[in-house]
Amino acid sequence: MREKLIEFRNVSFRYDEEGPWVLKNCSFSIYKNEWLAIIGHNGSGKSTIAKLMNGLLFPQEGEIIINGKLVNEETVWDVRKEVGMVFQNPDNQFVGTTVQDDVAFGMENRGFPREKMIERIDSSLKAVQMEDYRLTEPHRLSGGQKQRVAIAGVLAISPEVIILDEATAMLDPRGRHQILKTVTEVKDEHHLGLITITHDLQEVVQAERVIVMNAGEVWKEASPREIFAEKEQLQHIGLDLPFVALLASELKELDVQLTHDPMNHDELLEDLWTLHSKM
Amino acid sequence: MNNSLIIGQYVPGKSLVHRLDPRTKITIIFFFVFFVFFANSFWSYSILTAFAFISVLITHIPIKFILKGLTPVWFLIAFTFLLHIFITKEGTVLIEVFSLEIYTGGIIQGFAISMRFFLLILMTSLLTLTTTPIEITDAIEDMLHPLKRFKFPVHELALMMSISLRFIPTLMQETDKISKAQASRGVDFRTGPIKERVKAVVPLLIPLFVSAFKRAEELAMAMEARGYRGDAGRTKLRELKIGKIDILIYLLFILVVAGLFLTRHY
Amino acid sequence: MDITFKDVSYIYQQNTPFEHRALDQVSFHIPSGSFVAIIGHTGSGKSTLIQHLNGLVSPSKGEVTIGNFHLKPNEKPKNMKELRSQVGVVFQYPEHQLFEETVAKDIAFGPENFGVSKTEIDKRMNDIIPAVGLPKELLERSPFDLSGGQMRRVAIAGVLAVNPDILVLDEPTAGLDPRGQKEMMNMFYDMHKKEALTTVLVTHSMEDAMKYADHVLILNKGTKYMEGKPEDVFTRQDALNDVQLDVPEMVQFMNDYNKRFNTSIPFTRQSIQELAKQIQTSLKGVDNHE
Repeated sequence: MREKLIEFRNVSFRYDEEGPWVLKNCSFSIYKNEWLAIIGHNGSGKSTIAKLMNGLLFPQEGEIIINGKLVNEETVWDVRKEVGMVFQNPDNQFVGTTVQDDVAFGMENRGFPREKMIERIDSSLKAVQMEDYRLTEPHRLSGGQKQRVAIAGVLAISPEVIILDEATAMLDPRGRHQILKTVTEVKDEHHLGLITITHDLQEVVQAERVIVMNAGEVWKEASPREIFAEKEQLQHIGLDLPFVALLASELKELDVQLTHDPMNHDELLEDLWTLHSKM
Repeated sequence: MNNSLIIGQYVPGKSLVHRLDPRTKITIIFFFVFFVFFANSFWSYSILTAFAFISVLITHIPIKFILKGLTPVWFLIAFTFLLHIFITKEGTVLIEVFSLEIYTGGIIQGFAISMRFFLLILMTSLLTLTTTPIEITDAIEDMLHPLKRFKFPVHELALMMSISLRFIPTLMQETDKISKAQASRGVDFRTGPIKERVKAVVPLLIPLFVSAFKRAEELAMAMEARGYRGDAGRTKLRELKIGKIDILIYLLFILVVAGLFLTRHY
Repeated sequence: MDITFKDVSYIYQQNTPFEHRALDQVSFHIPSGSFVAIIGHTGSGKSTLIQHLNGLVSPSKGEVTIGNFHLKPNEKPKNMKELRSQVGVVFQYPEHQLFEETVAKDIAFGPENFGVSKTEIDKRMNDIIPAVGLPKELLERSPFDLSGGQMRRVAIAGVLAVNPDILVLDEPTAGLDPRGQKEMMNMFYDMHKKEALTTVLVTHSMEDAMKYADHVLILNKGTKYMEGKPEDVFTRQDALNDVQLDVPEMVQFMNDYNKRFNTSIPFTRQSIQELAKQIQTSLKGVDNHE
């Protein structure tokens, strides 16, 4: 069994005393170095999970354990060092007046000495391919570039895991593609865990594991392949399927005997080819 | 937008003046302004003017650009000049226009006051022309540091200033976006009676405020997530350093001041 | 209303060092009643183009014709208000334009500006509220108390309440979840058919363009890169890849399939179900001697 990094134990949360429960009795574990995707329709509670993992919110019931520490008012600053977050709106998380100032922000907060900051700014901007923009002001950057700077800012404090909370939702396909490429590279190089909260099926397909949220509850926890095999139920809770999964399911309807649930073009083509050779 | 006004604008450059520590610039300009008010002779004005113009020259910013950028200020200067010409009644009568008498004292006085005004504006714009807003913020934070002892929120003030600077362009884009959206819904910002035009601002201002509040909320959350917990234990990437040129400039300025005192006493 | 662009260029901050050509000699014609998708990267000139459609900007060169309205350089058309009442624009994240105390007032804001009578507004409101999928109970609520998706529907209702002939949609589904996106696009498509609108959709989604548009315009760096029927434009994978655009995933898959199985199933904007059938037939029919 892999080492646990984050554990939710019977967590329930609501924003105010009278309000409805946003999360109901959620339990799950996230392991070190894994890529986990959390999906669910808007309002299913997935963004609340992200904020709970970072101590931006505290649950009314249940407990959250991160790297062996129970998350509470006392441990929250240590927890935030382990869990880096990138939010949805590229503009509303860019604090610095230039790229390098923004990357430094998290390090300044944690009292890093100046020499170390300069070193880390260098290496983390290189990791997201933004080293040529050190002195650029935020309004001269595209949304995708701003998000890469945000990732660099998180990398600089070397966390255990990065949470992308719909971080690609406001980007165009090119920006989205670049971010995904950047985080995959960074994840491998720095041995980071990655939690992507997303609607983007491309992100989900690449993940090792998926948690599907529905109406504040954990609806299913499985590999992307297993998740997308449940076509009807997924659509029922308002989620989409990748093209390949949809086509595969239509082919099955027509009694084309596919051997497994394909996740990409090559797998489906390979399946069809085997089938066709046997005919 | 009126791009001709240069007050508050920054012109990137690598000149000696650009490279000076912002605190040096603020200190020198502060004392310069102070001495301008004590200038009372031809020689003291000459020294101050020479100092100002040499400063402008070494910034490598075209003097024409600066003078043109001060256009709106020229009117004020001209107005001050005229005012003094007509109200000062000292010295001998120079000319008489209708029943108005113009005295030599008036001309001298008018000239002196306008010159003070001009030097003042010129030197302060030189600060913003050669110093990025964020450098000015850093300098202010540093220079106000002693006030911390009296519980004055120096760090918070500086952070506020730097975040405002960061968000000005963002809010400008937003204003443009919302005004276009409302114009598409039939709002006319440009024509019509004043009353209507004032009313047209409401559909622009409310969305701007709503969005600014939302941004503030999200920004606060992002800052917290990135470990921001106030001033305590915080280090800084940007640092201010008094270098050799700063010391040189201070010495030079002391010489200028000494010159000023000489013109006063002899 | 027909839309015609004739050699339209738009230059920001002309004759300054910041001069930037956002549109460069763009020409096209959109007949009344079409559903057009405009596709291009950020900075390809899409937003500048749609701002010409209701006279928010005038061309620096060339001429734009919308129905009987003409936009030319250095000429301020007098009947701008009339043009804007006939061209409704749903901007990106339109919920940011809400400002009134109640949903009803906000929806009525546009039509009031264009001089529509109170009774007529009420009548339109009755049709539009259910059409955009808002419950009637929300009318007297503050728009700022609603969910993001509902706020967007209110903003869209406010544009529709003007009864435009041309509807311009700038990435109307950005930020919605998959179900919300689908519902919203279907809503616009129904409206397009029912009201016989001319619809201009700016989108990054090749899938949406393929599904709804009958004409596609691809912009690249301010110029028109390609134009035509979706089935013609989207099959030119190499040309699209050259400007870093993807073809719809279906086309990509069909290209791969046709190559691998040495077949030529044509792309005719078929549904996935139809494609599955075609594959089934093709599998049976393909020769099997290798």
